[in-house]
Amino acid sequence: MKTDDLIRALTSDLADPGPSIEARFAAALTPGVLVALILFAVTLGPRPDFMAATGDLRFVFKFVVTLLLALCSAMLVWRLVRPGASTRLQIAALVVVPLVLAGGVLAELVALPRPLWMPRLVGVNGLVCIASIPFFALPLLIAAIFALRHGAPTNPGLTGVVTGLFAGAVAAAIYAAHCPDDSPLFVALWYSLGIAVVAAVGGVAGRVALRW
Amino acid sequence: MSEHDIDGLMRAAMSGDAAAYNRLLTSLAPVIRSVARRGLARAGLAVEEAEDVVQETLLAIHLKRHTWDPSMPLGPWVRAIARNKMIDAMRRRGRRDHVPIDDVIDTLAADAGEPTPLPGRLDAHLQSLPDRQQSVVRAISLDGASIRETATKLNMSEGAVRVALHRGLAALSVKFGAKE
Repeated sequence: MKTDDLIRALTSDLADPGPSIEARFAAALTPGVLVALILFAVTLGPRPDFMAATGDLRFVFKFVVTLLLALCSAMLVWRLVRPGASTRLQIAALVVVPLVLAGGVLAELVALPRPLWMPRLVGVNGLVCIASIPFFALPLLIAAIFALRHGAPTNPGLTGVVTGLFAGAVAAAIYAAHCPDDSPLFVALWYSLGIAVVAAVGGVAGRVALRW
Repeated sequence: MSEHDIDGLMRAAMSGDAAAYNRLLTSLAPVIRSVARRGLARAGLAVEEAEDVVQETLLAIHLKRHTWDPSMPLGPWVRAIARNKMIDAMRRRGRRDHVPIDDVIDTLAADAGEPTPLPGRLDAHLQSLPDRQQSVVRAISLDGASIRETATKLNMSEGAVRVALHRGLAALSVKFGAKE
């Protein structure tokens, strides 16, 4: 077949290409988050003193840092699925998140007497945390990867990792409502581990499912 | 054609202007071809395969056109897709290049005669499409039939022709990307 023949076929197929990639991504989030919330409600549920805790700075910080990570990774994903789009600004924004977390850790180290450092770092619920975050993230990761198959990531592995960061961050924000450990020391260790697991799974899924 | 012109053509195409789309793809093809030839030559591969890369890239441009952000210039988007398809093609070549020495000698002997034009990969992929999609893609591309003429000829509705054409093109793109 000559290239001109192919171009004739492509021209004849010029119909409305459908919803934008952002619209598809957003449409996938709703069922993904919903399933994650239902899983959360039937397994762990929010902690008993949830309302009282909302006044506590450490408790609020957990949501700030996880939702900030979700926002920054989503913005980077939107760029990664568009060929040739610049990602510099979005990568810089994503790097700010661990810096914010490091600021929280530093403040905690200043505020806490030294003997409390280890107990707060270990916490009471570490293993539940690194198991729960991937568990709640899975429906969201699957939905997001499916939506992103409409994109054109020139680096499917990296796109999968950042999608995993996003799903893990949203799952971590959901889990934070149950988690009795509020110290930034705990968040920096266990939340990061849980999210890292999701990012790794996302990387593998991306390499398989996001090629085009 | 300037970068500014191709942006305008693409914008017109995205709002349904088929003539603008045809002009755009026709003017992109030689640009992609020269990039592909240069890339293949630099990698020490056969320049004749450039047309496969051109066709695979045009298919990808078509099927992924919704990932172009109209507020951005089209050039970098096209180049990124072309580069990506080029790398894919080279990876596939890398896997296929381990051929026994006897085959090489046969090839060298055959090369002594009149060079016969090789059928491109697109033709091979086209043959492996389901009958319905294959007839529709052939009628529109090779015979130059319109959607309506194809519908009459194949006794299908125009809607069914459109669906078969789109699915056929998407399947061709997948076949290009598949491991061999």
